Amino acid sequence: MVTWRHGALAALVAAGLAFGAAETQAQNFVPAVVFDMGGKFDKSFNEAAHNGAQRFKKESGVDYREFEVTNETQREQALRNMARRGATIVIAMGFAQATPLQVVAKEFPNVKFTIIDAVVDLPNVQSVIFKEQEGSFLVGMLAAMTSKTGKIGFVGGMDIPLIRAFACGYRQGAKHVNAKIEVLENMTGTTPAAWNDPTKGGELARSQFDRGADVIYAAAGATGLGVLQAAKDLGKLSIGVDSNQNHLHPGSVLTSMIKRVDVAVYEAFKTAKDGTWKPGMKNLGLAEQGVGWALDEHNRKLVSADAEKKVEAAGADIKSGKIKVVDYRAANTCPAN
Amino acid sequence: MGEYVVLLLLMIDATVRVATPLLLAALAGLFAERSGVVDIGLEGKMLGAAFAAGAVAAVLGSPWLGLAAAVVVAIALSMVHAVACVSLNGNQVVSGMALNILMAGLAPTLAFAWFSEGGQTPLLGPGQRFAPIVLPMADVLAPVPVIGAIYGRISGHNVLVYMAALAVPVVAFVLYRTRFGLRLRAVGENPQAVDTAGISVAALRYRALLCTGVLCGLSGAYLSIAHGAAFVRDMTAGKGYLALAALIFGKWRPLPTLLACLLFAFTDALQARLQGAVLPVVGQVPVQAIQALPYVLTVLLLAGFVGRAMAPKAIGVPYVKER
Repeated sequence: MVTWRHGALAALVAAGLAFGAAETQAQNFVPAVVFDMGGKFDKSFNEAAHNGAQRFKKESGVDYREFEVTNETQREQALRNMARRGATIVIAMGFAQATPLQVVAKEFPNVKFTIIDAVVDLPNVQSVIFKEQEGSFLVGMLAAMTSKTGKIGFVGGMDIPLIRAFACGYRQGAKHVNAKIEVLENMTGTTPAAWNDPTKGGELARSQFDRGADVIYAAAGATGLGVLQAAKDLGKLSIGVDSNQNHLHPGSVLTSMIKRVDVAVYEAFKTAKDGTWKPGMKNLGLAEQGVGWALDEHNRKLVSADAEKKVEAAGADIKSGKIKVVDYRAANTCPAN
Repeated sequence: MGEYVVLLLLMIDATVRVATPLLLAALAGLFAERSGVVDIGLEGKMLGAAFAAGAVAAVLGSPWLGLAAAVVVAIALSMVHAVACVSLNGNQVVSGMALNILMAGLAPTLAFAWFSEGGQTPLLGPGQRFAPIVLPMADVLAPVPVIGAIYGRISGHNVLVYMAALAVPVVAFVLYRTRFGLRLRAVGENPQAVDTAGISVAALRYRALLCTGVLCGLSGAYLSIAHGAAFVRDMTAGKGYLALAALIFGKWRPLPTLLACLLFAFTDALQARLQGAVLPVVGQVPVQAIQALPYVLTVLLLAGFVGRAMAPKAIGVPYVKER
């Protein structure tokens, strides 16, 4: 009887200890992510980050903290609050958080920060950027090969060098297939509200379809949803961005230029947890599988075997360096204009 | 030449699509302001209506029920404004602004709670929103020169566009040819006189704000279930304020207000097409300059061509009976 009691007690204590240990470990490691305007369900850039964070949570069992910025002034506050309340690693989504991060990262030298889509040169910041031009090159090729009118379109969100890099890669890809192709280009706006205006996006898309385009590439966050909808309504084709958006309108979304923001977020959390996280810059292109194009059951019928082969071949050439895709941001000019 | 004609026709199409929500909201504002109640809360009412339409159409699958919900919500918000401004003699600008702020926060919050798609309503399928209506004879007339092209432009819009077009003569008739319209105009100019004649100022203003609610409902529903296919946070994007500007620009009269809305929409359509285009003489214009075009044009027109905008005299002043 006594032994049984002791045994039970020992088991209880052991369980308690194990529980306590798990708890302290969880307390020690607190991942956090600050989404940008557009929100974590924008079906695009921010949602990709959400997916990556969710994957980490599922695999590691560690919950993360999150904040959705709904107002430009909230970014700095959100980053600071995450750091102050004991976050181990904070992921800042989007180029617009670069400026506030400059300030906050200096205030909290012991907190790790990872910023996606911008470069912040500080000893505790990891900057992840993507070679969007390479992925855009491939979807541009696909658009040019699929277009029957010889005109394709591009709708960007806010007019910034990043979005111009999307447009420029797209142009280069299209001209690679068909030197005479005409590319119509529209930007939604010059303020962050341009990421969240599907009505305007739809209107811009309609204006391009009216002018003869039959495939439009949307790189505009939630504004792009309006572009995809307009293509669906008019029986034309669209190209999604950041996340795989093929499923939104099966048969109307030609493909999606995927930016593996989910992988970047997942990797940042994972490396921070196991101690291999490193500050500095990561520039992810086709070779690193940081960007790519989506082919699944929703768009299988839209992409011919021939087109698929050509795009895959060009992808291999870009990886090997045979095709050089110019980055708009290098000199703020596009050779394919 | 032919190319330009086609371009112009397509621009007219775009103008109509952009002008519809503006026009409906501006006519909504017309009722409120003509009765002497400033309505800066058009934006909030549109947003609330857009959300209600998107949510109900998604859940029940019918755009008509969505539209009904939009109208009900917009009327309810309008009545809040009425209670604050007419019954309680509150500050009309503050009440309107409060509605805007309330809906900017409440709509995405409710959307988040009900649909967990991050402050949006689910994307609507083809049967859940208002589809374009092809008018009878459009196919037959299409090959006929001029008439075919014009009729082709008139045909093929959704039902709310036609409602908006119809709303202009209806509002003008109500305002200038009915007893209610006469009293409405009088109560915005000189409520004491109306009161002396034994007509309730408050009741008239309530009825005016009821009309405002109905039209705001149509306007909001257009955004989320006719032109768009879901409610998205802040999707009105300042259209309520633009509608108010059009109303002032149109001197609080239905027909000039229609023209003002068309002008705003036309410059918007124009800027979408001018982006990246190479113009004679100036060359390629920067995007920023082109996007500022609608606003620059508005300022120029307001400053130079409109003349004096005569607001209803009693606007913004709560009516307190002398004791």
